[in-house]
Amino acid sequence: MTTEIMTKPAEGVDDPVADLRARFGDAIQAEQQTVDTFPVLWIDPAQWVAVHEHLRRAVPQPFTLMAELYGIDETTRRHRAGQPASGVTLVSHLISPERNADIRLKCACDAEAPRAPTLTEVYPGADWYEREAFDMFGVRFDGRASHRRILMPPDWKGHPLRKTHHARATEVAPYRMTPESFAATEVANAIDPAELGLPTERDGVELMVLNFGPHHPSTHGVFRIVLGLDGEEIVWAYPDIGYHHRGAEKMAERQTWHGFIPYTDRIDYLGGVISEMPYLLAVEKLCGIEVPARAQCIRVMLSEFFRITSHLLFYGTLAQDTGAMSPVFYMFVDREKAYKVIQTITGARMHPAFFRIGGVAMDLPTGWDDLVREFLDWMPARLDDYERQAMNSELFRIRTQGVAAYDVETCLKWSVTGPHIRAAGLPWDMRKLRPYSGYENYEFDVPTRTEGDCYARTWVRAQEMRESLKIIRQCLDWMPEGPVKADHPLAFPPPRAQTLHDIETLIHHFTGTAYGTRVPVGEATGQIESARGFTQYSIVSDGEGGSYRTRIRTPSFANLQAIPEVAPGMTVADFVIYLASIDHVMSDVDK
Amino acid sequence: MDGFFSTTPGLILIMAAQSLLVVGFVMISLLFLVYGDRKIWAAVQMRRGPNVVGAFGLLQTVADALKYVVKEVVVPAGADRPVFILAPITSFVLALIAWAVIPFNDTWVLADINVAILYVFAVSSLEVYGVIMGGWASNSKYPFLGSLRSAAQMISYEVSIGLIIIGVIISTGSMNFGDIVRAQDGDFGLFNWYWLPHLPMVFLFFISALAETNRPPFDLPEAESELVAGYQVEYSSTPFLLFMAGEYIAIFLMCALITLLFFGGWLSPIPFIPDSPLWMVAKMAFFFFLFAMVKAIVPRYRYDQLMRLGWKVFLPFSLVWVVLVAFAAKFEMFGGAYARWMVGG
Repeated sequence: MTTEIMTKPAEGVDDPVADLRARFGDAIQAEQQTVDTFPVLWIDPAQWVAVHEHLRRAVPQPFTLMAELYGIDETTRRHRAGQPASGVTLVSHLISPERNADIRLKCACDAEAPRAPTLTEVYPGADWYEREAFDMFGVRFDGRASHRRILMPPDWKGHPLRKTHHARATEVAPYRMTPESFAATEVANAIDPAELGLPTERDGVELMVLNFGPHHPSTHGVFRIVLGLDGEEIVWAYPDIGYHHRGAEKMAERQTWHGFIPYTDRIDYLGGVISEMPYLLAVEKLCGIEVPARAQCIRVMLSEFFRITSHLLFYGTLAQDTGAMSPVFYMFVDREKAYKVIQTITGARMHPAFFRIGGVAMDLPTGWDDLVREFLDWMPARLDDYERQAMNSELFRIRTQGVAAYDVETCLKWSVTGPHIRAAGLPWDMRKLRPYSGYENYEFDVPTRTEGDCYARTWVRAQEMRESLKIIRQCLDWMPEGPVKADHPLAFPPPRAQTLHDIETLIHHFTGTAYGTRVPVGEATGQIESARGFTQYSIVSDGEGGSYRTRIRTPSFANLQAIPEVAPGMTVADFVIYLASIDHVMSDVDK
Repeated sequence: MDGFFSTTPGLILIMAAQSLLVVGFVMISLLFLVYGDRKIWAAVQMRRGPNVVGAFGLLQTVADALKYVVKEVVVPAGADRPVFILAPITSFVLALIAWAVIPFNDTWVLADINVAILYVFAVSSLEVYGVIMGGWASNSKYPFLGSLRSAAQMISYEVSIGLIIIGVIISTGSMNFGDIVRAQDGDFGLFNWYWLPHLPMVFLFFISALAETNRPPFDLPEAESELVAGYQVEYSSTPFLLFMAGEYIAIFLMCALITLLFFGGWLSPIPFIPDSPLWMVAKMAFFFFLFAMVKAIVPRYRYDQLMRLGWKVFLPFSLVWVVLVAFAAKFEMFGGAYARWMVGG
């Protein structure tokens, strides 16, 4: 499957909506109009599984990837004309890599006791998403063996993303930790393998249960994996996440549209401005804002800078996890060079919060081009150096080649995206497939390999850094002149010079800051390729100054889902390298 | 005075003073070895390394050692207390007593015994017990895994080190280090040394020495990124210091062994410059530099790869080499390069 085939829909593929209407008829309760290009269908809960089954297996060029599954609490929503009555809506987002097309399905559930059939039989990757929907909305899935919380602590009361649940700690009685509550929490957090249906022995030998994390240096964040070990061999692995959960989606509901931008930086804290992009793409789509070419170019350039810093960190820490002490120091020197450029342009290093609704915060500083050129001249030789230090090192090869190899099938099965799927052979990169922010104007390649092992993933990321350099070079050469913020009433904040000139703009600035800009009612989605994979922000506006629901699909969350399938049979030493090659960011997992 | 030093208390006094001298030398070198190690890594990694305590940070290790000593000894609740304390002491003491047979110059040796090599190997084989005891007594999972790895690893590489040395013993006809060095003396300076006839074994010995002392790429028992710190996880303060000191002393001992076995000990590399113990120290320092560089550069082996290397590559290779050397020595081939028992002891 090449990029060319994937970018344009193949001939003779029938419209999935027409196909579903013909086959399921009344089960299609409504087709919702959104500003997005993909269809959004309301499905009868009784046919929920059958429709998914059909899209997964029966249609030509099937929808093999379940991008995500999430809930929307509809109880306090005012504007939902044309949509079936619903208390909690369950939304699934399916993608067909072959068609390069999406479809979004919705299922209306009861507000008090939401129930829906489970999709784990059709899409194994729905597993964690269903647990999340249960955790956040209390949706119970018929057919699921168990309902365990995934992000919140096991002894949490209530379901946080319900509108009835408090958003601030000050809305409830102060939290007090007593010896009893401490002990109870400890008991609640214990994981009993037998209770999870995991074996306690193999061939009559008792397995050693090892808590790998949450404070292990190689889990790259507060991530806990319970391992069942026979000697050094992993028999089963049970990932336990949620230690880094900060309730970003809940926060989005009480921030203004503008005020949420800094939070997006911190979702994938190594990605910097990269994750501002999908959020703003969605907001701008809803507002109908056309971002000026110069702002788009700045956005692309900064995103690629952050892709490089993120990949450099991956590169160094992976080398360190194989036991090589030195490469990480070299890579930090280069990250420093990149940060020098970033901080000169944005004024901040890791979390610039630089993008704005309708553009960017400010124009490029004088002399930015020399800085960027200096970086571009410096970097390629260094990348060659790293190839010699790591990729070509014999010891590095034998530690990474053939380790944790999985194919495209497995990636799709567990919704794994990003460098993983490209290392397995599918050139699936949103920048190419659905160019945003002007990516169609740049010439770059999507590096792929077929082995799908740790070495291939490292190689893919190493090549992506070179591609990013290419893109930055083109930004440097072709940086258009013009404004950096759209001339649009909803673009925020309004231009400084104008606020000082006319009272209308000043008032606009004032209300926008105090109450938020009123983004039109509707739903919109922003999709990008972050350093870690497919990132998607789905926003619902109810005409308020802030969002009604902001759903964040992070790549790291799904990328970790494959661990229980990939890990068995590995040694602990290989597992550490596998974890490093996932390149997850725990805040990106837990949100 | 002469009378006193030939009586038993006098001899004991002399022995004690000599031992103290050797221990003093080893301990003081240790301080600068750790410093050197860190400085070398820092140089490789474009960092400064320790540079605050004392001139150029030279006293950093002293400050670290002091800090370890004054800290509280924490023994985990579930640990086997006596064994837990005994383990680092074992490790440290065994590493130290091996120095008894290491000569620094002609006749400058604490115990000039004729089975010196056997003694060194007996002692360094025992060192693994410190690690196993530490891992076991901690009653914790990561140390346990670390000590299991250590046991298998150290035993495997001991076997190949033993075989590598047999070649040298055959060539010399003695197990005394003094004799081995004297057998390397000759008119051509460094070309008389054993590294030339035993060249492949020099590499094998160096790599096995890395494995024997748990240095990268064979630092699996500690494996920071996998087992956090392996068998040392539960250790703190003085017991940890003893483990760490024992480890460095063992590394330094390996440097001494390479120097003695293959690089002519205290012999001068250039014929007309006199032999001196300073040569010995300089050579040891050079090999320590190589140890440090290896750690700064290479990634770590996986357990099964390490075992494969030990048993399927090193062992057969050194075994074949022993046979070849035996033939070469017996029939005095290559101008007697492999048969120096007539020259030496």
